[in-house]
Amino acid sequence: MNAETGIGASVLRKEDARFITGKGQYTDDISVFGQTHCVFVRSPHARAKINSINTDAAMAVDGVIRVFTGGELVEDGIGDLPCGWVVTSKDGTPMVAPPHPPIATSVVNYVGEPYAFVVAETLQAARDGAEAVEADFEILEAVVDTATASSSTQIHENAPSNQAYDWELGDKEATDAAFAAADHVTTLDITNNRLIPNAIEPRAALGSYDAASSTYTLYTTSQNPHVERVVLALFVNVAPEANLRVISPDVGGGFGSKIFVYAEETAVIWASAKVGRPIKWRADRTESFLADAHGRDHVTKAELALSSEGEMLGLRVKTIANMGAYLSTFSSSVPTYLYGTLMAGQYKTPAIYVETQAVFTNTAPVDAYRGAGRPEATYVVERIVETAARELNMDPVELRRKNFIPPDAFPYQTPVALEYDTGNYAASMGKALEIADHDSYAARKAASEGNGKLRGRGYSCYIEACGIAPSQLVISLGAGVGLFESAEVRVDVSGSVTVMTGSHSHGQGHETTFAQLVSDRLGIPFDSVNVIHGDTGRSDYGLGTYGSRSIAVGGSAIDRALDKIIAKGKKIAAHMFETTDDQVEFAEGQFSYAGSNEPKPFAEIAGAAYIPAVYPLDELEPGLSEKAFYDPQNFTYPAGSYVCEVEIDPSTGVTEIQKFVAVDDFGNVINPMIVEGQVHGGLAQGIGQALLEHGIYDADGNLSTGSYMDYAMPRAADLPDFEVDMTSTPCTHNPLGVKGCGEAGAIGSPAAVMNAITDALGVKDVPMPATPHTVWETIQQGA
Amino acid sequence: MYTFNFRRASNLEEAQQLHQSSSDAVYVSGGMTLIPSLKLRLASPDDVVDLSRIDGLSAISSADGVLSVGAMARHCDVAATTDIPALAALANRIGDAQVRNRGTIGGSLANNDPAADYPAAVLGLGATIHTNRRTIAGDDFFVDLFETALDDGEIIMRVDFPTPKRAAYAKFANQASKYAVVGVMVAETDSGVRVGVTGAGACAFRLTSFEDALSTNMSASALAGIDVDSSDFNSDLHASAAYRGSLVTVMAKQAVEQLTA
Ligand SMILES: Cc1cc2nc3c(=O)[nH]c(=O)nc-3n(C[C@H](O)[C@H](O)[C@H](O)COP(=O)(O)OP(=O)(O)OC[C@H]3O[C@@H](n4cnc5c(N)ncnc54)[C@H](O)[C@@H]3O)c2cc1C
Repeated sequence: MNAETGIGASVLRKEDARFITGKGQYTDDISVFGQTHCVFVRSPHARAKINSINTDAAMAVDGVIRVFTGGELVEDGIGDLPCGWVVTSKDGTPMVAPPHPPIATSVVNYVGEPYAFVVAETLQAARDGAEAVEADFEILEAVVDTATASSSTQIHENAPSNQAYDWELGDKEATDAAFAAADHVTTLDITNNRLIPNAIEPRAALGSYDAASSTYTLYTTSQNPHVERVVLALFVNVAPEANLRVISPDVGGGFGSKIFVYAEETAVIWASAKVGRPIKWRADRTESFLADAHGRDHVTKAELALSSEGEMLGLRVKTIANMGAYLSTFSSSVPTYLYGTLMAGQYKTPAIYVETQAVFTNTAPVDAYRGAGRPEATYVVERIVETAARELNMDPVELRRKNFIPPDAFPYQTPVALEYDTGNYAASMGKALEIADHDSYAARKAASEGNGKLRGRGYSCYIEACGIAPSQLVISLGAGVGLFESAEVRVDVSGSVTVMTGSHSHGQGHETTFAQLVSDRLGIPFDSVNVIHGDTGRSDYGLGTYGSRSIAVGGSAIDRALDKIIAKGKKIAAHMFETTDDQVEFAEGQFSYAGSNEPKPFAEIAGAAYIPAVYPLDELEPGLSEKAFYDPQNFTYPAGSYVCEVEIDPSTGVTEIQKFVAVDDFGNVINPMIVEGQVHGGLAQGIGQALLEHGIYDADGNLSTGSYMDYAMPRAADLPDFEVDMTSTPCTHNPLGVKGCGEAGAIGSPAAVMNAITDALGVKDVPMPATPHTVWETIQQGA
Repeated sequence: MYTFNFRRASNLEEAQQLHQSSSDAVYVSGGMTLIPSLKLRLASPDDVVDLSRIDGLSAISSADGVLSVGAMARHCDVAATTDIPALAALANRIGDAQVRNRGTIGGSLANNDPAADYPAAVLGLGATIHTNRRTIAGDDFFVDLFETALDDGEIIMRVDFPTPKRAAYAKFANQASKYAVVGVMVAETDSGVRVGVTGAGACAFRLTSFEDALSTNMSASALAGIDVDSSDFNSDLHASAAYRGSLVTVMAKQAVEQLTA
């Protein structure tokens, strides 16, 4: 192995040279001959009936080519935007999915929902045209609030009580029994604030139809171009699958919001054939705020049953999850299978019962956002564990240690469906406490108090589940897709390698990590590996990148393809050594045979594969290129311990994070620098959720935080110096022993911050985000 | 953006003349306020008259105890001055580096955003505003929300800040926009103690109760117990009127502590 570039080396990211020098090719950087521009006409009302739409004035605007309304798509057979996971309610009925036409036809249900779009020669003309579209709305009463949605006016005809589903998981009777036998019950009412994703690159799409070949090419900002293609072809009926190519070039961040199939790309690809010219759209920032799928937005009541010694006996969780106006692509799975299943956390809690009622409101659809369900679960578990410790006058560290699943209990079957393969929670906790100078806290607290500040400390021991799998299990639970990944390893004549992956990199650094994996296993130079992704015309069907699945599933698929390459290489080498392939060894880039002292380097075998002189072609096909589809046996279970110390200025309510320690167990790590970067980004988002970010709608359903003037994103100056370290229990069921690191920081950190803030203030709860104003008001109420 | 005519004036007369001859004209300096509103189609002037090429408008000079700042001086230019450290520090905390590299003092004052920083300096330091038509005392300049004493087409040319004996500015920044939720300039000047407050009300104002208390005792403790009437203060997503009221005192104390340190 090459220590500079192999597995475990912090190789600088290949892709950064082009990103940093402005050479990236993002969707909006791509222009094609004859291109037109498109602007969507969006609802100014949270809920209204569309009586009529008049496009005459818009058509009269100079430069406007066509104005489309939703009805035209329906007439042309364009289907609704589907939700790909059917969740079943307690009573056995499938969830209610209200009709979701890409372009609204008869009603609009959130501010920003498109009801028409204008195609024009220039962006300016399209804007002018969009302003000239006249709609006659009959404004209806809007539903905004999560907690009261089910008792508010009904939004969708087929959804009484505005309910999408009422789901449960776990053993209710066993849980009730645990509560009946408990010495102590801790109750916590908490909310998980709505977040707006805010990728740096706004969503964009360029749809182009080639009449000569009847093929469509869609360039778009997608985290999973194959899923985009299959949904647009099979469900939305834009084009036959064979005639639709989806290319997702460089993408500037997704965080989940670019997983989904949206109205805009559907409209431009469909309309490109109607107009007969390519159509480009790029969201402006206001559109991103209004019409990207939002995240979180839960209202939860949690109860924890304990013995007087602090043994966790049972957990009961009842959550109302705001789905927004419609069910977005994977939204239904987020507050259920990615949430309820995580309620055991790192603990032995024997009885757990979770209920989730998903409700509709007149707000933007809510779907997966970095962590997707797992941050919400961790927030519930880690907040209530800490609260229980305070109520029992126990050290929250001790209470956790007492209840951790011990290392010798793996594989561990939780009461909420998942089976954890491996972990060592006390090890991460121990390391985190050491780094955090746990024992000298009293002195720091005294120093803060001496300065008139309040100091608090909080912990969060999260667990998460990455690389959602296996396919047959998730399909049996209602998923409409498998969750494997594809890989193809093409060896060139000279021994360099091109890898096609179904994963998609939009900031994660796959071009580097995957190249390290390949170069390490084949013993070839790092620079002779190229990774290609994001094009349905080039790579096999794959499922894309989200849920921290890329290395665990996509990386494992590459590893499987490499097994096949090596196996074939051995066969070729065997002919050269005049032996059988089981006698050939492959290590450090060399094929060797005990009967020969002249090992064959990988490049020589590659050459021999393509200049097939040395082996019989009736036995062995020429060439060296292999594919694999990898379907994991289980999720992977990254886990970690986070410690946060805050100092609060009671006069202003300002919280300053003075210490943030994150110790994560990601199993084996390919590139520690990239992993650390992922942790930093995740922590920034989690701390952003805890302290700054809040998507707020007013009572009429207008987005009050629709720009950076009002929606506070975390900046470097808002964040402390993170102290990041790792422990490792390699995953037992994938070939690389890897777990995935993309979401951990965002999952674990909010609870650590809020536990520290509530500790400092001596209160049970402060709603997120704990802005200075909120903290100040909390202090005033106590005063 | 809607289409408009961009007119670049090379001198004051031309700027005024371009403004007068248009039915709907607006000046642009740094554009940090105007351009976003044009891009969002919230403003649709026929003519945009650029002041940036007018000679002398961006000069900064100091003489006879007065720091004279040209209207076109950018926030970063003011941040680099040394005569009045409190003013330089204030300019250095406006927005972010990009905004400070474009935004101007004239644009900021003419715009009179209730959360802008400079108005606190104008009132707190007792500045005078010179326009192409007259001289306006800082105390008379800020009229109401986004409303100033400027007449239509009147151009700010420079702002004269008398150098105080000592002064300090404390700002509580909005976490999202970085504008002032509350900003307080406290200064001991030749004409007495002045306290200018921005962010709290419809426009910046002087807080005479604080001025009186600090005149006899320039210490944070002098402000204890003085009631700040917050009933007319701004109340929005980020801060209630009561919170702003409390911040006025906290920021004033911080400023006094800085100034006496
Ligand atoms: C992201 C961001 C953050 C910001 N944060 C802050 C902050 O923390 N604190 C703060 O105080 N401000 C802040 N600002 C506002 C910034 O300081 C602006 O630069 C300032 O308000 C306007 O100055 P300008 O030169 O850009 O004016 P312009 O945008 O060019 O003009 C603004 C208005 O003033 C008029 N005008 C301009 N110059 C003159 C003149 N010489 N005479 C008469 N009228 C004139 C114009 O016609 C226009 O109506 C922020 C702005 C942004 C975009």
